[in-house]
Amino acid sequence: MNGTHSVNQGAERREAVLPPREAREKWLDRGFVLATRLFAIGVAAVLILIGVQTAIDGWPAIREFGLGFLYSSAWNPVTNNYGALPMIYGTLMSSAIALLFAFPLGVGTAIFLSENFLPLKFRTPLIFMVELLAAIPSIVYGLWGIYVLIPFLQPIGQWLHENFGGFILFSTRYIGPGMFPAGIILTIMILPIITAISRDSLASIAPSLRQASYGLGATRWTTIFRVLIPSAFSGIIGGTMLALGRALGETMAVTLLIGNSNNLNFSILAPANTIASLLANQFAEASGLQVAALMYAALVLFLLTFVVNVLAEMIIRTVKPY
Amino acid sequence: MSATTQDRGAASRTQGMERSRQSKQSLGEIIWTALAALCLILALVPLFLVLTYVTVRGIARLDWAAFTNLPPPPLADIEGGFRNALIGTLIMVGLGALISVPFGVMAAIYLSEFSQTGKIARWIRFATNVLSGVPSILMGVLVYGLVVLTTNTYSAVAGGLALAVLMLPIIVRTTDESLQIVPKSVRWASLGLGSSRYQMVLRVVLPAALPAIATGLTLAVARAAGETAPLIFTALFTQFSFNGFFSPTASLSVLVYNFATVPYENQVELAWAASLILVAIVLITSIVSRWVTQKSVY
Repeated sequence: MNGTHSVNQGAERREAVLPPREAREKWLDRGFVLATRLFAIGVAAVLILIGVQTAIDGWPAIREFGLGFLYSSAWNPVTNNYGALPMIYGTLMSSAIALLFAFPLGVGTAIFLSENFLPLKFRTPLIFMVELLAAIPSIVYGLWGIYVLIPFLQPIGQWLHENFGGFILFSTRYIGPGMFPAGIILTIMILPIITAISRDSLASIAPSLRQASYGLGATRWTTIFRVLIPSAFSGIIGGTMLALGRALGETMAVTLLIGNSNNLNFSILAPANTIASLLANQFAEASGLQVAALMYAALVLFLLTFVVNVLAEMIIRTVKPY
Repeated sequence: MSATTQDRGAASRTQGMERSRQSKQSLGEIIWTALAALCLILALVPLFLVLTYVTVRGIARLDWAAFTNLPPPPLADIEGGFRNALIGTLIMVGLGALISVPFGVMAAIYLSEFSQTGKIARWIRFATNVLSGVPSILMGVLVYGLVVLTTNTYSAVAGGLALAVLMLPIIVRTTDESLQIVPKSVRWASLGLGSSRYQMVLRVVLPAALPAIATGLTLAVARAAGETAPLIFTALFTQFSFNGFFSPTASLSVLVYNFATVPYENQVELAWAASLILVAIVLITSIVSRWVTQKSVY
């Protein structure tokens, strides 16, 4: 009774000091929230816009070539006949080479850096250095690749051809720029992604799992293979998918190393091309139907990376709710 | 002598259920550990090779003239430089930041502060992550279709816009994360003192998260400065000085691309020098941002 009275009194007094918000300020407040919401939706809209824009600009080529674009290997600006099979093959093959090497190396590095093989004060700078590998601009890798990696791989490529030349993947001589150096440079570039996400998921495993394994008498590596890797498996796969997405769309380093040949050649020692390097090479000088064909190729690349990234995000999300 | 102590040690260890060093398991352990260490070494070798090679080749040509002169024609006997490319990179990255920072920060404010049900926010975060995985060359394709085809010219504006799209998901994500670190109690205190929501965000939450947001922005800028793919057919390149926002504009990264494959020694040298600058930008920002994130406001 008494309490209510004093509260009422208090409310009156407060009203006297603080008038209700002005209508203008209320609108300002609502407007601000609405604006942030529009910008947030705008981010998602940009993603959709990339797909829509390339589809619209590529429409003449989509109508002209249809799905045959995907399995025809003609790319001829003179006769205006376009097919993207060599580039699609190159995109998939260079990424496959990169994953083949980067997956074991990346996971091995992640294990080494997440377990206590080294004291933390040594591990921290090493982790930073691996992250730095991802920060170096792609074009710098390309320049370095031309002058260092291509000559370095010469004897390996030659050896592969001389000993396994009968195998279609090594059926041509190593002449320098080609799928092989491009795949190796991609390995270097995607390795830190695999390492970072594998390390995250290894580090987030509950310590009790590890303790239980040691408690049962398992050795360190039995624990790693039987307990830690299975627990972190989806994270490792998610990171690998993310790395695959990066490899599929990586442009500059690959463009400088792959040789940019639009002829289909299954040998990884021969010059090849990827969709991304095709775009980098031809867009600035293209006109007419060629622009549409390039847009169509860009749409294919967009859909490819979109699917891979969506899958990667879905896998990673089940591990670590962002 | 030492064998005896070892034996005695082994005996006492066996009692403590240790494996003997000679056991099969121990050998496997050592091999696997060595393999994992080898993975790390193989991963880091390219880093050292790239850094040393770029430093050695780049520093030779990184003199005053490199910053003040224009790119040299092939085989010319003059000392060229990349003044126009440096200015072009600064202008386009600045333009990209100018567009993407307000856009990205506003979007992140919605994600972290105002998305009550969280359902839209979940989708937008998902889209942001997917957008950051979209190949950077497709940002160039988008802007080529939207801007270059409509204005009929390659331009600094188109290049800046492409970089803005590239930076957007990085800024949204880092800002979102930095805002979420600010404790809830700070928001309650602000609202309890009678501030409205925009006052709470702009006067209290955003300033508290500012160091972390700035770190994210720095990383985005460093990333954009080194990007080539979105620029080659939006900003193109020019041998001449910056000539307004609506004409082709040079950038350091495209200069490296153009000069990487030419047979002219003077241009190749300049490409290495420009690479060194790009690598230095990335190195410095990475180290500084790491150093800054170790300190937090709350």
